[in-house]
Amino acid sequence: MAHFTKATSVKDWLNQRLAIEKVEKVMASEYWIPKNINFLWAMGMILAITFALLLVSGIFLLMYYQPHVDTAFYSVNFTIMREVGFGWLWRHVHGVAASVVFLIIYIHMFTGIYYGSYKKGREMIWISGMLLFVTFSAEAFSGYMLPWGQMSYWAGMVITNIFSLGGLHVDGLVEWIRGDYVPAQAFLNRFFMLHVLLLPLAIMGLIGLHFAALRIPHVNNQDGEEVDFDVEAKKYLDGDKAGSKVIRFANDFMSKDMMVVGVYLIFFFYLVFFHYEFALDPVNFDPADGLKTPAHIYPEWYFLWSYEILRPFSVNIGLIAFGFAQVIFMLLPWLDRSPNTIPASRRGLFNIWFWLLLIDMIVLTAMGKLPPAGIFSTIGLVAALAFIALWVVLPFITKNEKKV
Amino acid sequence: MKDNGRRGFMGKAFGAVAGVGAVGSLVAMKKSWDPLPSVKAAGFTTLDMTIYPEGELITEKWRGKPIFVLKKTADMIASQTDKQKSRDIKVGDSHFMLCIGLCTHLGCIPGYNASEKAFLCACHGGQFDWSGNVTKTPPPRGFDIPPFKIEGNKMILGEVGPEYQAMKDSGITL
Repeated sequence: MAHFTKATSVKDWLNQRLAIEKVEKVMASEYWIPKNINFLWAMGMILAITFALLLVSGIFLLMYYQPHVDTAFYSVNFTIMREVGFGWLWRHVHGVAASVVFLIIYIHMFTGIYYGSYKKGREMIWISGMLLFVTFSAEAFSGYMLPWGQMSYWAGMVITNIFSLGGLHVDGLVEWIRGDYVPAQAFLNRFFMLHVLLLPLAIMGLIGLHFAALRIPHVNNQDGEEVDFDVEAKKYLDGDKAGSKVIRFANDFMSKDMMVVGVYLIFFFYLVFFHYEFALDPVNFDPADGLKTPAHIYPEWYFLWSYEILRPFSVNIGLIAFGFAQVIFMLLPWLDRSPNTIPASRRGLFNIWFWLLLIDMIVLTAMGKLPPAGIFSTIGLVAALAFIALWVVLPFITKNEKKV
Repeated sequence: MKDNGRRGFMGKAFGAVAGVGAVGSLVAMKKSWDPLPSVKAAGFTTLDMTIYPEGELITEKWRGKPIFVLKKTADMIASQTDKQKSRDIKVGDSHFMLCIGLCTHLGCIPGYNASEKAFLCACHGGQFDWSGNVTKTPPPRGFDIPPFKIEGNKMILGEVGPEYQAMKDSGITL
């Protein structure tokens, strides 16, 4: 049995039982961050803050939302928006955060790709991050069902139909997922459960894994320099703070991190108060009607690129291309054959590949929003083929990359 | 070693019991997500086929899905190709195009253009002719035909009649 002595202070009392000082050191003051980074390294904290905003606003929405096909639409658009004091605020925060969180996820992802932060022991960070992207996507989709408007209904119809797997006609699977022949009460109820319980639990678990995956390899830096964290930490603790390549996570790094978060929050609440309409599609302000498809169905902006990869092909090839797009990012650490962990700007062909991929995904996003006709169909098809081609050539162009 | 052998056995025994329990719970979880009996029981609709005007598309509802009913005009009947004829449904003296009004690509409802006598799906640009055959991809096939049974001038959707069975057997519908 452990030996306890009479506590000299509250802190000492807690220390004997919970080792709070040790925990504080491990988690914050002696968790080391390289100095050689820029504002792009603050995206993780911004995501954590945005997730907290989603959680808090979601809790307040949950108190008035009714997951029933007859009342869901009015509980959102009348009760929450008109009757509940500041109900509109929670809805606008929730809607804007759901959209903006994907913008930050994409910046976070492309920062990782640019600086090679998925290599040399950082593979698990990348994989857990991509799993978070997948669960966030499912979370966004299930949440989009809940207001039970026209876009909710038809997005639910179209996306669940994907599970018939095209030519395989697994219609039983689609009906099993829906609990009905079409999206109806059983469907709304189970997606409500997924949105407010199962998926948030999965997200929180994965965030834990994502952070844990970071501890041993530590965060990358701007030059891909291999920092010996033990040596640099010792230097710092011995007093050579200027000579050390690292700083404490808290409060040193956090103070800069929260500065970026502050700028972000001003932008975020500007959107919440003055431009929330971009996150609330006008079509979804009509109640769900199973006998009337809206003229144009399109997903939220953050799904457009993968939607555009599905769209220009016949159903089976489209589904294969779509499946490819969903899993291929996960394999990046193995498709990139180069030994170099340095910024893309110093990696020759990979630099071109990086910018082409980014541009291609922006083009796919733009085409996904436009009606599938004429020149836009053609551009969309070319961009979809380019996306696949870029991933196919990646191992070949990186294999011949010279070691820097 | 002897003890470890015992521990190994206990571990395997626990694994076996837990495995049976896990599989059992998966069965329960799967069944809990199945469509409810009340949902399945509500899956029949009866249509009176004498009320439809010629050449006009009427939308009915079956299992929450839109059902397109188009009573064909004399022109349409006269001009039918073999492929269009194969999907033709005859009730009394009238000829009908009857199908599930969902695009076979991903399930949007295509719109009917009466002047062009064709369907266009706004979601991904698929097209169908007035007989329900696909004329432009991505949809992989013509509109699906719901199970139907003809009884005099009435049609019961959800029940399988000989005409439907014949269509299903010959691969005209899934």
